[in-house]
Amino acid sequence: MIKINITKELHGAKGSMILEIDLHIKEGEFIALSGPSGSGKTTLLRILGGLEKAQGDISVANSIWLKGSKTISPQKRGIGFMFQEDALFNNMTLLENLLFANKEIDLAQRLLEITELQELQHSYPKNLSGGQKQRVSLCRALMRQPKILLLDEPLSALDPKMRSKLQKMIVTLHHEFSLTTIMVSHEPSEIYKLATRVIVLSEGKIIQDDSPKEVLLKTTGSQKFSFMGELLELQKVDTIFIAVIAIGQQLVEIVLSKEEVSSLQVGDKVSIATKAFNPTLSKIT
Amino acid sequence: MLDPMMLDTFMLSFKLASITVVILFIIALPLSWYLSQTHSKIKPLLEAITALPIVLPPSVLGFYILMALSQNSPIGAFFKDVFDINLVFNFKALVIASCFYSLPFMVQPLQSGFESLNKNMIEASYLAGKSQFQTIFQVALPNIKPAVLTAIIITFAHTVGEFGVVLMVGGSIPGETKVASVAIYEMVEIMDYSQAHIYSGIMLSMSFVVLLSVYLFNAKHNRKFGLNR
Repeated sequence: MIKINITKELHGAKGSMILEIDLHIKEGEFIALSGPSGSGKTTLLRILGGLEKAQGDISVANSIWLKGSKTISPQKRGIGFMFQEDALFNNMTLLENLLFANKEIDLAQRLLEITELQELQHSYPKNLSGGQKQRVSLCRALMRQPKILLLDEPLSALDPKMRSKLQKMIVTLHHEFSLTTIMVSHEPSEIYKLATRVIVLSEGKIIQDDSPKEVLLKTTGSQKFSFMGELLELQKVDTIFIAVIAIGQQLVEIVLSKEEVSSLQVGDKVSIATKAFNPTLSKIT
Repeated sequence: MLDPMMLDTFMLSFKLASITVVILFIIALPLSWYLSQTHSKIKPLLEAITALPIVLPPSVLGFYILMALSQNSPIGAFFKDVFDINLVFNFKALVIASCFYSLPFMVQPLQSGFESLNKNMIEASYLAGKSQFQTIFQVALPNIKPAVLTAIIITFAHTVGEFGVVLMVGGSIPGETKVASVAIYEMVEIMDYSQAHIYSGIMLSMSFVVLLSVYLFNAKHNRKFGLNR
C-alpha cells in the first residue's frame, strides 16, 4: 500500500548523515519504528506527513505523494498525525478541536466516547492532564477518517497506567478504523503489545525489519531469560555485593561476587540472563 | 479655557492613528507571518528594512518621504497627473508617512507572537486540511491575542505621538495636518504653557490608561488560555 524510497541529508548532534529508507508497507499493518534517538525516526514520519522535504518516491495506494523533489502538501495527504507533545488548538474547546478538522459531530462524539472524554468536551486544553490531551490529539488525528495514522512517540511523557490505557485505545481504533499505523516507540512492551512489525533504524538506515517476537525476544546462546536494565546501585554486604537493577519499571536485586563487580559501574546498561531454571508464573491479584 | 481647536487637533490625531492601524495591520499580517515562518536568506534583509524607522531620525524619514511624494518625483507626479491627487502637506501625506514610520511597531510584535506559537500546532492545522490563510485566522491569531493587541495599541500610540515626520510632510495646517503633538510644540514656542500643560496632561493620562488596559488584558488572557509556547 505504501511504497517509500527516499533519501535526505540530516544534520544532527553527531554531525550529518544520510537518511536512506526503502520500505514497503501493507494495508492494515501496525508498524513500530524503533532505534536510538537521532536515527531518523521522527524525520521519516514527518516526511510521510509532508512536513519535511526529501528526495525520492513515496506512493500510497494509487496516489503519488513524492516524486523526485516534487511533493504534495500535507493538506492533500489525508493522514492522521499525532505529535510527541500536544499540539492542540488552545483557543478551542476539546470538541471544537475535533470539529476543526472535520465538521462531523457524530464521528466526534463516537471518538470521544471511545477515549472516555465525553464529559470534558467543552473544556479548554489548558485544563486537561497530559494523558487527556494526548487522547484529544488521537481523536483529532482520526477526525478526517484517514487511512494512515502516524504516531510520533505520543505516549512517552505519560505515566505507565495512562500509557497502557492509551495503548488499548490505539489498538481499538486501529482495528475499528481499518488503519495502517506507524508509531515511533522505544518501549519494548508497547511494541510487543501493539505492533505487527518492527523496523529498527540506526544512523538513518534500516537495520532490522521483522516481527516483534523476532526483534524483541532475541536471546544469545542457550539463555532462556534475558533482560536489559540499568545498574542503579552497588552495595557491599559482608563479602558479597548486591546490585540493584532497574528493568523497565521494575527493580530487582542480584547477588554478585567481587570479581563480577570489578567491571561494573553505577549507570551501566546491563543484560541479566539466566539459563537453567524453571520460572513459575502466578497471577497477581 | 477649553480651546475649540483642541477637539479638532485630538480628533485629527486619533483619525490618523486609526487609519494607520487599519492599513498597517493589513500590510503587516502577511509580512510578519512570512518572516516568522521562513528560513529564506532574504529574511535578515527584510527584517533590517522593516526595523529602519526605529533607528532612523524622523526628520530623515520625513525628508525622503517628502522627496518621494512631491510633484517633482515620479511617484508624486504620477498621482498628480493621473488622479489629480496632491500627496504632500495634506492628510493623505500624513497617513502615508505614518504607515512607514510605524511599520516596525506593527510587524515586530506580530512576528514574535507568531514565532512563539507551538510549531506542531500550526502543522496540526495543515494536517487537518486547513490552508495557510485559514490557519492564520483560525489558529494563529486567536492564540496570540496579547501580541495582536500589543501591536495595535503600540502602533496607535506611536502614531499619535509622532512629531518629526508629521511636521516634515504635513506642516501644521489646522484641521488638516495639525495633530496634537505638533500643537503642543507650537504652544511651547509661543510660551502658552497653560495650554501646553492641558494638551500634554491629556496625552499622558490617555497613554497610561491605554497601556494599563493592555497589560490587564494580557494577564487575563494568559490566565484563561495558558501561556503560548
